[in-house]
Amino acid sequence: MSEKMKVKAINRGTVIDHITPGQGLKILNRLHLINDKIQVTVGLNLPSKHMGHKDIIKVEDWLFSMDEANELALLAPDATVNIIEDHKVASKMKVELPGRLTGIFPCPNPNCVSHSEPVDSSFSIHQAKDGVFMRCRYCESLFRKERFVGAP
Amino acid sequence: MDLSRGELEQLVSLAGKVKQGPQRHWLKERVIGSCFFEASTRTRLSFETAILRQGGKVIGFADSANTSLGKKGETLSDTIRVIGSYVDAIVMRHPQEGSARLASEVAGVPVVNGGDGSNQHPTQTLLDLFTIYECQGRLDDLTVTFAGDLKYGRTVHSLVQALSMFGCRFKFVAPGSLAMPGYLLRELDVSGLEYEVTDSLERTLPDSDILYMTRVQKERFDPTEYGDIAAHSVLRAEMLEQAPGHLRVMHPLPRVDEIEVAVDRTPHAYYFQQAENGVYARQALLATILNKEL
Repeated sequence: MSEKMKVKAINRGTVIDHITPGQGLKILNRLHLINDKIQVTVGLNLPSKHMGHKDIIKVEDWLFSMDEANELALLAPDATVNIIEDHKVASKMKVELPGRLTGIFPCPNPNCVSHSEPVDSSFSIHQAKDGVFMRCRYCESLFRKERFVGAP
Repeated sequence: MDLSRGELEQLVSLAGKVKQGPQRHWLKERVIGSCFFEASTRTRLSFETAILRQGGKVIGFADSANTSLGKKGETLSDTIRVIGSYVDAIVMRHPQEGSARLASEVAGVPVVNGGDGSNQHPTQTLLDLFTIYECQGRLDDLTVTFAGDLKYGRTVHSLVQALSMFGCRFKFVAPGSLAMPGYLLRELDVSGLEYEVTDSLERTLPDSDILYMTRVQKERFDPTEYGDIAAHSVLRAEMLEQAPGHLRVMHPLPRVDEIEVAVDRTPHAYYFQQAENGVYARQALLATILNKEL
């Protein structure tokens, strides 16, 4: 059975493809946090030529910006984001780690001032040889990205 | 600390000029908010001395119990925004990490961090650099040994990061449970700087220029464990017989048992001069922040 038959096509919206298997539900949670009215179709652990298996998410009537797409890079570094209009791929983006993530994850340091003050959490993102690290703008603590998104 | 090597060198040089005198009224007509949301002795008093000696005036509080934040639940952001509208600069200490950064975003005037939780204490680093420069005549190419609590000691972390800019070598003496955090050692690896991790204080002394001691905080351990750790982290006067004549012993104070009082009488002891230097370093910093030209 082809992949296209497993996940319903959409007329207008965004298709997040090539998601590392297991990360699809986390992305779904994240999307629902931003907008709980969205309609989504999810495919988990589908066969993939390049990845062996993958997750895929189709979001109707929401055309992702580059920044929105890049927010997903921590969860799904290999994902591609396709913008669909009139059933066709209008544009395709490869996600890239953003330099900074704001207002998405709370700081894991319980004594960080961002928990008790009216500010958005904010992390600068650093790609090192042994992984991706995030440094809190306020308490300056450094965390592995797995602390936020779990192990792949 | 958001300062470059060049900026640090300028501040160290200015602190030296301030110490030599004559006294300059670089803060005349200025009002500084001294906002200490938690107790501090040396930091608060040396800041306030630094302000008064330069002709400035101080308003503020020494703990948060009687502030609107402590008594009425006001946010730190609102408290700082209002104080920032009264004064020309704010010096603050606060128990939460990141509080000084947050304050700098809302104050509308310069904010000097006098310690934010376990994160940073940058003016301690500045006075430490000034003291090292004063007693060694340089900041680069030194061998600096750190002993005591290297895990939780924020003064150690900040000073190692600052000295890394000057290409120093490091020796770290601590029991395993108080060892330097891995991320800091990794930063040294990345910078290609030499360091040694050891459990023998005595062995490090013959080829050290600076011995930087820190207090092991009793409350972090049970009494047996503390006794064992403390016994291995004490500097006695006779241990310094093997040290080169120019080695100086520093300590951010307060000291408890980790430096024997007999060490005070050796020419190596430099921790009281270091504490005094806190005033000159803070004078240099405040004068730089509040004057376009000096």
